[in-house]
Amino acid sequence: MADKSSSSQKRTSRFLVEATLIVISLIWIIPTIGVLVTSFRHSQDIFSSGWWTILPHRDWVEVSEIRLDESVDVDAPITIGDVTVTFEELRQGVEDGNQKLIWFGNKRTRLVKVQELQWKMFDTQLTLENYTNVLSGIEVRFKDASGAEIVRQGNNLSVAFLNSVAVAVPATIIPILIAAFAAYGFAWMNFPGRKIFFIIVVALLVVPLQIALVPILQDYTRLNLNGTYLAIWLAHTGFGLPLAVYLLFNYIGTLPRETLEAAFIDGASHFTIFTRLILPLSVPALASFAIFQFLWVWNDYLVALVFLGDKNRVMTSALAAMVGEKGQDWHFLTSGAFLSMLLPLAVFFALQRYFVRGMMAGSIKS
Amino acid sequence: MNSSSSSSQKQTGILVWIAANTSRLLISLFVPIITFLILWQGFLFLRDSNAPQIVIVLVSILWGVGGVALLYFISNYIIESLPRAWTYRLQPFVFVGPALAILAWFLAIPTLRTLRLSFLNETGFQFAGLNNYIFALTDRIMLEAFRNNLLWMIFGTFFCLASGLLIAVLADRSPFEKIYKAIIFMPMAISFVGAGVIWKFVYAYKGEGVGIQEIGLLNAIVIALGGKSQAWLLTPPWNNFLLIVIMVWLQTGYAMVILSSAIKGIPSELLEAARVDGANEFQVFFGIMIPSIQSTLMAVGTTVLIFSLKLFDIVRVMTGGNNGTNVIANEFYIQQFTYGHSGRASAIAIILLIAVIPVMLYNLREFRERRAF
Amino acid sequence: MKTTIWRIALLVVIATMCLSACTAATEVPTQAAESSGSYLERAFAGEFDGTVVTMAGPFVDSDAVKFEESIKDFEEKTGIDIQYAGSKEFEASISISIDGGNAPDIADFPQPGLLETQVKKGKVVDLNTFLDMKKLQANYNQSWLDMATMEGPDGPIMAGVWGRVNGKSLVWYPKKAFDEAGYEVPETWDELIALSDQIAADGDTPWCIGIESGAATGWAATDWMEEIMLRTTSLENYDKWVTGELKFDSPEVRKAAETMSDLWFKEGYVYGGRQAIVTTSFGDSPKPMFENPPKCWLHKQGNFITSFFPEGLEAGVDYDFFYFPGIDTTYGEPVLVAGDIYAMFNDRPEVRAVMEYFTTGASVEGWVRAGGAISPHLDSNLDWYSNAVDRGVAEIILNATSVRFDGSDLMPGAVGSGSFWKSMTSYISDSIDLDTALKEIDAAWPQ
Repeated sequence: MADKSSSSQKRTSRFLVEATLIVISLIWIIPTIGVLVTSFRHSQDIFSSGWWTILPHRDWVEVSEIRLDESVDVDAPITIGDVTVTFEELRQGVEDGNQKLIWFGNKRTRLVKVQELQWKMFDTQLTLENYTNVLSGIEVRFKDASGAEIVRQGNNLSVAFLNSVAVAVPATIIPILIAAFAAYGFAWMNFPGRKIFFIIVVALLVVPLQIALVPILQDYTRLNLNGTYLAIWLAHTGFGLPLAVYLLFNYIGTLPRETLEAAFIDGASHFTIFTRLILPLSVPALASFAIFQFLWVWNDYLVALVFLGDKNRVMTSALAAMVGEKGQDWHFLTSGAFLSMLLPLAVFFALQRYFVRGMMAGSIKS
Repeated sequence: MNSSSSSSQKQTGILVWIAANTSRLLISLFVPIITFLILWQGFLFLRDSNAPQIVIVLVSILWGVGGVALLYFISNYIIESLPRAWTYRLQPFVFVGPALAILAWFLAIPTLRTLRLSFLNETGFQFAGLNNYIFALTDRIMLEAFRNNLLWMIFGTFFCLASGLLIAVLADRSPFEKIYKAIIFMPMAISFVGAGVIWKFVYAYKGEGVGIQEIGLLNAIVIALGGKSQAWLLTPPWNNFLLIVIMVWLQTGYAMVILSSAIKGIPSELLEAARVDGANEFQVFFGIMIPSIQSTLMAVGTTVLIFSLKLFDIVRVMTGGNNGTNVIANEFYIQQFTYGHSGRASAIAIILLIAVIPVMLYNLREFRERRAF
Repeated sequence: MKTTIWRIALLVVIATMCLSACTAATEVPTQAAESSGSYLERAFAGEFDGTVVTMAGPFVDSDAVKFEESIKDFEEKTGIDIQYAGSKEFEASISISIDGGNAPDIADFPQPGLLETQVKKGKVVDLNTFLDMKKLQANYNQSWLDMATMEGPDGPIMAGVWGRVNGKSLVWYPKKAFDEAGYEVPETWDELIALSDQIAADGDTPWCIGIESGAATGWAATDWMEEIMLRTTSLENYDKWVTGELKFDSPEVRKAAETMSDLWFKEGYVYGGRQAIVTTSFGDSPKPMFENPPKCWLHKQGNFITSFFPEGLEAGVDYDFFYFPGIDTTYGEPVLVAGDIYAMFNDRPEVRAVMEYFTTGASVEGWVRAGGAISPHLDSNLDWYSNAVDRGVAEIILNATSVRFDGSDLMPGAVGSGSFWKSMTSYISDSIDLDTALKEIDAAWPQ
């Protein structure tokens, strides 16, 4: 008896857990689905109806139309069939049994549409055009001085994709490496100024990177470094280091002291302990920071724009240029946004398995 | 500091002290600089070469990552071949030196420069006293920005942590954990421009009139429930909360990932023991889980808090800071890059820096309590 | 193990030295011998063959292609390679790169106010030092030259030359539906209001207005203010207003704002209503004109707006435009324009040659023919305009009784790209009243 009630209790609680999670996940994913759907729609449709209209729903469908005679005074109540209504009412639509009368356009059209409520199944008005355009570069067409039509293909994304990889991979690994060494140094080595330096590092967390753009650019100009990958790696390293040191210190600093002491007694040097013991132990922490740094670099636009310029365009710049001055080409923006999401998501799934063992200090210590 | 020196003679002590610190400084600076020089030349070469893009990309990745790894390897090798006492003195700087050098170059020195600029006028030529600070602390738009940042810090951080924790705890008990986590995490992979587009389709308002069909999800729901469509982003202070929702949507994935790992790290015996003792799930959660992951919670809270303080992309993309949604970082950006008023922009940045000091102090106290230092 | 490491280290050091030697050797310090003639003539004589001039500007996408296409001829003839880089965040990135000492040789400013900030800091090369003023005066209206003269740290300088211009005082309408409905193009303000009333009486909203533009939200509203200022007060007052002598909180400006409010906030006049003006993007706002049936009928915007119209529409058939009529006839038929001014940051002979080239109509001919640009040069030809819209706009500018530049672009950034946009937006969304808005704009004016 007691067993049964506890197992049914368990079932209820499991049901509650799943239900809550499903609700939260739905809330989280619906905006994204909306944009995914939007990215397959034609640009005119995007602006004129909501994305959910591609789902099956009941809608008024035109079945016939009535053209009013010139003699009908549209400013006075109008009689159509057995109803008499004003223009304003007709404009909003007048329901008459299972039919609806609705005025088309303004008074001058003298046109009334008769609509019926019908089921609309999946809307077929979807297109891959947005994606092909974004992938292959948007065509620019115009006539040149002699009247001949010129067609120029815009930049395609493959070069930009490679550039983004070349920027993001080292700009993720380098700061992690440097930060891991520093975090170990702060946590397990004794040296003068340790606390002060650490406080400075943590305080720099809050410095907005925009204040550094101009001075760094001046230095880069002097060093003739603008437009190189090195320039942007260093910049991302510098801007990402405080968080990296802070997070990794949090983890490395609370690894069990006994493990390290045992290694010291065996005569291992700091360097050996770090590379052989600490790094493997910190994989979850390194992996989660790697994800965030990668995402940040991948989605960065400003730093790339300033230090990399036009020559080695990354995905974000290429997308921004493609969307053009118009800025409101939602069909390109949405499809571009989805394309640029693919790699970060792949990285997340690849690194996800490292999260299982627990990342942070509290876990092992307590 | 010179306690390790066995010499009782003061002079030798001072000499060692000077030598040690000079070489520490040298190690901190010299090694990164050599690496930098090597990498630098390699990149000038790469930038000007005409090899196929894919080759350049691969070579530069190897060159960059390998170069940095080599830096530590070689400098450590050199230090370890020194006498033991010197190895002991210098090795920490092999570890922390490069990080300190880079931070000094990329953040610390620009911060000092900003501090100087904050006392200068618009063009950066004349001394302006405290004028920039007076502006930053009294202007109506700035005060509005401070109020909004407070909202962001309190509500943004709280909801990020709360929802991240809730999902982490619940997902831990579900067989579909990975799916849920991937869904919650997904927004993090979206750029701010992308996120801006996504939420424009939620908050869009097309106005009132005959035949206007809303394309915004929120308005569609309101209309379906029999309400009237609203211009969501125009009514302060509620529009701030709608923008905070975007940040929560974006950042909960971060909190969830880290908190979830911390929860998984709690020894299961600890939880089982409590359950056997008759504790209910709430008692287990508040009595055992929360204390166990406290340091993680604080780390995540700190980073989210700082993120919400520095945040400006969401505001810039969604409302441009109009209609009472301005935040400090956006005002900084506008002053610096649109108005070209570096003095005011610098003062704002410095205030931002000062605003976060309490959080930092709290963090350091925590570290001390955990005897991390 | 040890030896391997040392060998690697040695190799790396040697490689570095070798590479630095290589880079040093590639620098070319040699300078061609002096010769006579203007820089442009010398360029065409091939003197600067093989040199590179870098350019930065805000136009990307099709505009960038058209620009590159229009300078191709020059590049082929002179051998100067003009490398143009366009960026959407031009406003921010140009000030960063100038401050960072990495300025392009030439930059294209869509807002003279932005250029003025750089002139004040003394970063811009004075074109008076090498351009022939007589030739300039012969090829530009004096007002363009006046607008290009700006106050530097050492007195006034010629800060740039005008490349292409846009006409703003245009009202677009869906021609096909417009004609079918039997509406007629208005020629006076009263006729325009009568037409609006007519459309409203017919059950539609006459105007499509949207001022949302991300971080630049509000600029479309400032254009309207400028148009109405030009039509309700004297040119002297307009000029004073632009320089800050005439306050926003003055009867003239207030009157303009009220005239605008009368039209914008009138029940049933604007598609979507007052709040929708602020939430509708300026680029999306004309789209309801081209739905079937049109939801709104009139849209005031510069000639660049045609690139925001739905694809496949034909100028003169599906849409057309008319001149935004004068309000008070004593002020004639003014036209509001905007344009791109090219400024020079690095003084080298080949850059001088390119700048001189930009003072000639030939430099934009290709762009004009391709559509989307209007030449301010007097030696340009109306025949170049391949489509009726561009030619019509050029004619409107030529026929105008007065031409004035977009005021907000001339005002200092803190006002022209700041409080003027923001306060108008707040006013239109009904968060603050007109009094507060005007006072706030005045308060932001740099002391």
